[in-house]
Amino acid sequence: MTRTIYEFTESFRIAFGQIRANAMRSVLTALGVIIGIVAVTLMGTAINGIDIGFRNSLAMLGEDMLYVQRWPWRRVEDWWNYVNRPPIRFEMAEQLNRIIENTPNSLLEVAVPVAGRGTSVKAGDVKLTGIVIFGTTADYSRIVTTDVTDGRLFNDVEANTGRQVCVLGSSVAENLFPGRSALDQVVDIRGQHFTVIGVLAKQGEFLGLFSFDNQIVVPLNALRKYWGSRIDLELRVKVRDKLRMTQAEEELTGAMRRVRRQLPGERDNFSINQQQAFKEQLDPVKTGIAVAGLFITGLSLFVGAIGIMNITFVSVKERTKEIGTRKALGARRRTILLQFLIEAVSICLIGGVVGLAITFFTCLGISVALPALPVEFSAGLMVISMVVSIVTGIVSGFAPAWGASRLDPVEALRYE
Amino acid sequence: MIPPVAPADARRRTVRPPGALVIKIEGVTKLYKMGSETIHALRGVNLEIYRNEYLAIMGPSGSGKSTLMNMLGCLDTPTAGRYDFNGKNVAHMVDDELAEIRNREIGFVFQTFNLLPRSDALHNVELPLIYAGIPAHARHEKALAALRNVGLGDRVHHRPNELSGGQRQRVAIARALVNHPSILLADEPTGNLDSKTGEEIMGLFEQLYDQGHTIIVVTHEEDIARHARRIVRLRDGLIESDTTVA
Repeated sequence: MTRTIYEFTESFRIAFGQIRANAMRSVLTALGVIIGIVAVTLMGTAINGIDIGFRNSLAMLGEDMLYVQRWPWRRVEDWWNYVNRPPIRFEMAEQLNRIIENTPNSLLEVAVPVAGRGTSVKAGDVKLTGIVIFGTTADYSRIVTTDVTDGRLFNDVEANTGRQVCVLGSSVAENLFPGRSALDQVVDIRGQHFTVIGVLAKQGEFLGLFSFDNQIVVPLNALRKYWGSRIDLELRVKVRDKLRMTQAEEELTGAMRRVRRQLPGERDNFSINQQQAFKEQLDPVKTGIAVAGLFITGLSLFVGAIGIMNITFVSVKERTKEIGTRKALGARRRTILLQFLIEAVSICLIGGVVGLAITFFTCLGISVALPALPVEFSAGLMVISMVVSIVTGIVSGFAPAWGASRLDPVEALRYE
Repeated sequence: MIPPVAPADARRRTVRPPGALVIKIEGVTKLYKMGSETIHALRGVNLEIYRNEYLAIMGPSGSGKSTLMNMLGCLDTPTAGRYDFNGKNVAHMVDDELAEIRNREIGFVFQTFNLLPRSDALHNVELPLIYAGIPAHARHEKALAALRNVGLGDRVHHRPNELSGGQRQRVAIARALVNHPSILLADEPTGNLDSKTGEEIMGLFEQLYDQGHTIIVVTHEEDIARHARRIVRLRDGLIESDTTVA
């Protein structure tokens, strides 16, 4: 046992002596590993970041939220089955809420009607386009997934009477009223004046497609006054227990069929959507990106590993006589194997540490320069890349080291 | 501790009575396949070597001299025959068992010194002790003593390229002896040295012999072989003569 420890320390001593003595060669060899580790770990941070981005975006939809809409959140081939579905109306929310109230132990909490429409808004000289106006009721406060940083949401009275008040997304507030409070300012929405009573907290972009911060929430009744009462909308239904989404969806389907007065056997003329649907579509994409990315970057690590293997073969070859001498002095096969394995692993570890440092500072740089890019450096990544370095060293160093350990001492001593 | 040796005197000759049997070789043969040809390097060699002997093995190239040396040094195993080292049959041992024997029982001295170029004299001498599993402190002491014994107590931190040929061979001899082996096996120990340095090394061997070491020198030079007390001559894979010179 103690002998193994001495052989180990001796092996490290030899390895570092060897690396120092062949500094140029070692650096070039390590470079292959450095590039490989940087590529793999950067890919890892990107995948990590994408994953976190996905999860944050999905959280904006609400894990405990069901969306009743005419169209499902997936690509449909048979569009003709959907296009003639009757619209979802304001009154249906009230009917649905009545059913929920009368159902004992209902899994559903509340249904909130939300109508959305893209438009442009003005305040003074500033005009913003690509803004989404959401019309809703006071129940919106029960389903909102973000905080109100400034002011408040509208109350029942304001909602029912269609008072012209609005709550701004953080980007809208910043852009319309830069450097000052948006509260009590007036926003011009399609020629109608709305008074700002609240500002929402920053939420970020949804999968980089659109920003939740570019929205304005107003009382639905105010919208109906100008955009017509037959406006098409969606119902957002909050579920009491997010672990029982499937049962909740079944309950909601039954309730909606009653609201829509559908006959038994008739197909649903509405769709119930939830973030799960997005997740199911996004997960394969995410996995695809991860597999393809890691495979491609893994190739560069593989090239680095070949470099290590090559240099270890060279090292064994040029030290054949030394191996013979060591064997004559009593080195066993294991000792020689260990010596060259440790040499290969040492180069890989040095490469791994340097590569990881490069990745770390790159991530730091990216997060400062381009905060929108999702990169995420984690402790797990550190452990994984160290393990990958060691495994790379062992795998690539094993064949040459094994060959060295099996050398015939007589042949090795005769080698010039 | 053994005191440092006095300056070399190759002409002084003492003869020590032989001790216990160390090496017993019986009917050893060794075949090599070279392509389709089979070479009989050894054709049935019998040899006994005792403690306190100073033996020279001689022969022209192709006589089987090197093969016999590799066999004696447990670097190689015979094709047939019996080889007992200190009563243990080593003829059928596997690699790692032979390594153990080499480490504990045999001290090698090579023609080309075979020192590790990037290690100092001390570490070179410590090497067999590392493989023997001796703790660092004891290792250090033993290596230092061995270097002093060959007259290099003031060169312990020199690297091989900072030492003369004679000094390098002394380091190699210290390395060979540091683990107190049963035999010192030297292969053309003066082959890479000028004649004056060669004489010095042979003088050192003389002193080591006086200290009680068992020495086997493999050489093709009569001048070197003359230092030994017993000369074994090989020809065509067989022992041609085995003479004791007083």
